[in-house]
Amino acid sequence: MQVTPEILAEVALTEDEYRLIVERLGREPNAVELGMFGAMWSEHCGYKNSRPLLKRLPTSGPRVVQGPGENAGAVEIGDGLVAVLKIESHNHPSAVEPFQGAATGVGGIVRDIFTMGARPVAILDSLRFGPLEEPRNRYLFHGVVGGIGWYGNCLGIPTVAGDIFFDPGYSANPLVNAMCVGVARRDALVRARASGPGNLVLLVGADTGRDGIHGATFASVEDPEKSHRGVVQVGNPFLEKLLLEACLEALESGCVVAMQDLGAAGLTSSTAETAARGNVGVEIDVAKVPRREVGMTPYEVMLSESQERMLVIVEPSKLEVVEAIFRRWELHVAVIGRVTDDGMLRVLDNGRPVAEVPVHLLTEAPTYIRDGTEDPEIAALRNRDLATLPDLARSVDDGIGAGEALLALLRSPNIASRRPVYRTYDHTILTNTVLAPGEGDAAVIRIKGTRLGLAVKTDCNPRYCLLDPYLGAQHAVAEAARNVSCVGAEPVAITDCLNFGNPERPEVYYQLSRAIEGMAIACEALEIPIVSGNASLYNETGGRAVLPTPTIGIVGLLHDVRTRVGLAFAGQGAVYLVGPAEATLGASEYLARLHGLTAGIPPSLDLELEQRVQRAVREGIARGIVLAAHDCSEGGLAVALAESCIAGEIGGRFEVGTLVEANGGRIDRALFGEAGSRVLVQVAAESESTLVALLRGYRLPYLRLGETAGDMLIIEDLLRVSLRELAAAWTSGLS
Amino acid sequence: MRFGVITFPGSNGDHDALMAVEMGLGQPVELVWHTETDLSRFDCLIIPGGFSYGDYLRAGAIARFAPVMESVRAFAEAGGPILGICNGFQILTEAGLLPGALLRNASLSFECAWVFVRVENDRTPWTQTLAPGTLLRLPIAHGEGRYYADTATLAQLEREGRVVFRYVDADGRVAPEANPNGSLNNIAGVCNECGNVVGLMPHPERAYDRLVGGDDGLRVLSAVLRVGVEVASAPRGIGNGYGDR
Repeated sequence: MQVTPEILAEVALTEDEYRLIVERLGREPNAVELGMFGAMWSEHCGYKNSRPLLKRLPTSGPRVVQGPGENAGAVEIGDGLVAVLKIESHNHPSAVEPFQGAATGVGGIVRDIFTMGARPVAILDSLRFGPLEEPRNRYLFHGVVGGIGWYGNCLGIPTVAGDIFFDPGYSANPLVNAMCVGVARRDALVRARASGPGNLVLLVGADTGRDGIHGATFASVEDPEKSHRGVVQVGNPFLEKLLLEACLEALESGCVVAMQDLGAAGLTSSTAETAARGNVGVEIDVAKVPRREVGMTPYEVMLSESQERMLVIVEPSKLEVVEAIFRRWELHVAVIGRVTDDGMLRVLDNGRPVAEVPVHLLTEAPTYIRDGTEDPEIAALRNRDLATLPDLARSVDDGIGAGEALLALLRSPNIASRRPVYRTYDHTILTNTVLAPGEGDAAVIRIKGTRLGLAVKTDCNPRYCLLDPYLGAQHAVAEAARNVSCVGAEPVAITDCLNFGNPERPEVYYQLSRAIEGMAIACEALEIPIVSGNASLYNETGGRAVLPTPTIGIVGLLHDVRTRVGLAFAGQGAVYLVGPAEATLGASEYLARLHGLTAGIPPSLDLELEQRVQRAVREGIARGIVLAAHDCSEGGLAVALAESCIAGEIGGRFEVGTLVEANGGRIDRALFGEAGSRVLVQVAAESESTLVALLRGYRLPYLRLGETAGDMLIIEDLLRVSLRELAAAWTSGLS
Repeated sequence: MRFGVITFPGSNGDHDALMAVEMGLGQPVELVWHTETDLSRFDCLIIPGGFSYGDYLRAGAIARFAPVMESVRAFAEAGGPILGICNGFQILTEAGLLPGALLRNASLSFECAWVFVRVENDRTPWTQTLAPGTLLRLPIAHGEGRYYADTATLAQLEREGRVVFRYVDADGRVAPEANPNGSLNNIAGVCNECGNVVGLMPHPERAYDRLVGGDDGLRVLSAVLRVGVEVASAPRGIGNGYGDR
């Protein structure tokens, strides 16, 4: 075969990589083989740039049952059960066709969970868009939200949490990260490991079409807009629902050796990965693959990314039982090949060999360690002096006052009520939702038949990560953990989704490597293992990368789900700020909203203090002292107070003199400055002394802010706004 | 009382119905596969929510051709209590066992929320223990729940008192703001002429436990227990204008 630069470009391999393939293979690959290498050696499948860095992440811990390397991670949660979790990006498809891109993102992540033998119990979505003022961004936003709801609602899995952030840096490249959490019996967990030469390879579910060919490669190059819609897959949630039930039934029957879903790079990656994990070979005949289109070549069949397909390995004697289960669910089953003992991935077309490659060559993509350097423009933004900015006015006549600033922040799409989004997601199905979207810092679902509860959330403040990727990634981990702690749950596992630009550029590689280092440090300090994850690089257009976005998906454990608390102030009580008094305007939402600036040094983070704050909050909740808890994040203290007031439909009178003092006399920093390790807690009057003793026991800084009552939010003489006005602003931001 | 819950391909509320009857009511219940035809062992049936056959073509339009539906029809004609929830309601209207149709929500989007409904008619097996005017707080989760019937049918339903549930505000008033999907006359649920077949869009089977938001749904599901194995037979023409517009 004559290999031209055009051919290499189509499969997204460099000339050096091609030479490496020839060298390792001992011959030139044919066209089918080259396509398979292109997909498997893409960043999406092969993690060429991220793998060396990912080694840094802590992946073990006493609860870890399954770390990275399988379809999803798993941690022990007691009662013989495990929580199974995974997050994955679908950024590139969503940029081209937002509805189907997001929908198939949900479909893919749900398959990753039930492939492990776990019943999916919650879906989360972490989304990033450019400002909604631009019509294109509105189209993407509505399309993505519509696609997530369409798919998840039909599947009957509640979409319970997530996060959304808007910034001009995402205008050309929106981010769609979908996470799924499942529950399985520990002893029923399955791995996608082919074994037993002679065992049969089955393809189950949808027929194979030409959709999504080169999807994995497409997700690993820049500028999604330039590519074709043809690489975006179309989802069928109805079929996935049948596949979900049938696969769980088949796994429950004990007749399945291994199961692997077909995602990026379709049959190529699913056969290669199951074979590699089991240290065996696989031989398949593409002529036996049911098609939805005529005239498909072996190349197309091997690289199709048609959705809702599953690879199932069974012993020949169990074939009948397994086939019967899938037939009952009206799903196609085709025996397409068998497991071999020669370590080769052999592809036949009606018996005629069309590809034959050692499995390990496909799964062992070359890795690159690059040099990173910080973009001096970003360094300049970070070093900007914010002390020269005018403070908020004490009286209305002197300029913008605190009340006006608070309303502006509540209207910010980054802070405003998410109800317009989550009302379109079914979040009550399965009757496990104890804390629904909007009710707590994390969603809480119960596990029927036990006292256990799971708290789930995604987080990442990309502005912090832009200005300091190391610190920003630490914050992402700390805030995610704080959010589950605020409902009373102990953080037990993280799944991460690394969304960055082109790693071949030193400025991007710097962000990627620093963010991973920051995540590792924070996870070690807070003792939370990372059990699964995904890297999505090349999120950039025209040399402009997205904000570095290491999304953290987290699962927390409640030993007794009945102890959970929400963020809504529950009637009258005293409100305390637990954590540091000092905040900063650096990288804050206030600075972006009110001054149009993304600049300054993000808040510092003392991970040891963070750990103590979270432990104290969890203990206060478990002991029933704390009535409500809410993390202070974007928008700072005043926004957190307003949110808990709005949710609890009660006002309050608060004092912040000490805070203003601690913040250099600045009102803006005291009210809207941001800081890590801060939690608002509400307690009943009779529990105040107990709370104080608890906080002192943990050697924590704290402040008594005031009491809840009435229907006005009053902060000294600085701010006086009615609940009605607060709620009107807060509910208008996204609608 | 033995409950049957019908599972079509794409049903996803079947498990919740099973749990509600088992955990909430403590009654025997089993799932019935869409190809089954013998329903004689059941005292009442629930047609659950979900997206039967993907809701392709039209919500509920394909499910009505499932083999089990002939037996459901016979069960209804014999006076057996049947409750259609959400997609189950849609299926019953498509099958002609209930009047009217469920159109796309007025908002054109899926709506998931907790709403209040008012019991309008206590002459069905599913409401016989609930005095008219009783308020229930139940979850809704649907994209096609806007109840529609032609003017004559609507007038007949109101006249005969066959509106079983109506969306209301927290004070029990029928108000446009309390109508989550644009249903005519704020209708959330209706019954057939005999009253034994009831369909509603809200999900009583998701409201059986305060830990997950409320247990008002049990009041609907438990009402049927009073029937025992007897066939409910509401008299015809019971309308006295519960409607209050």
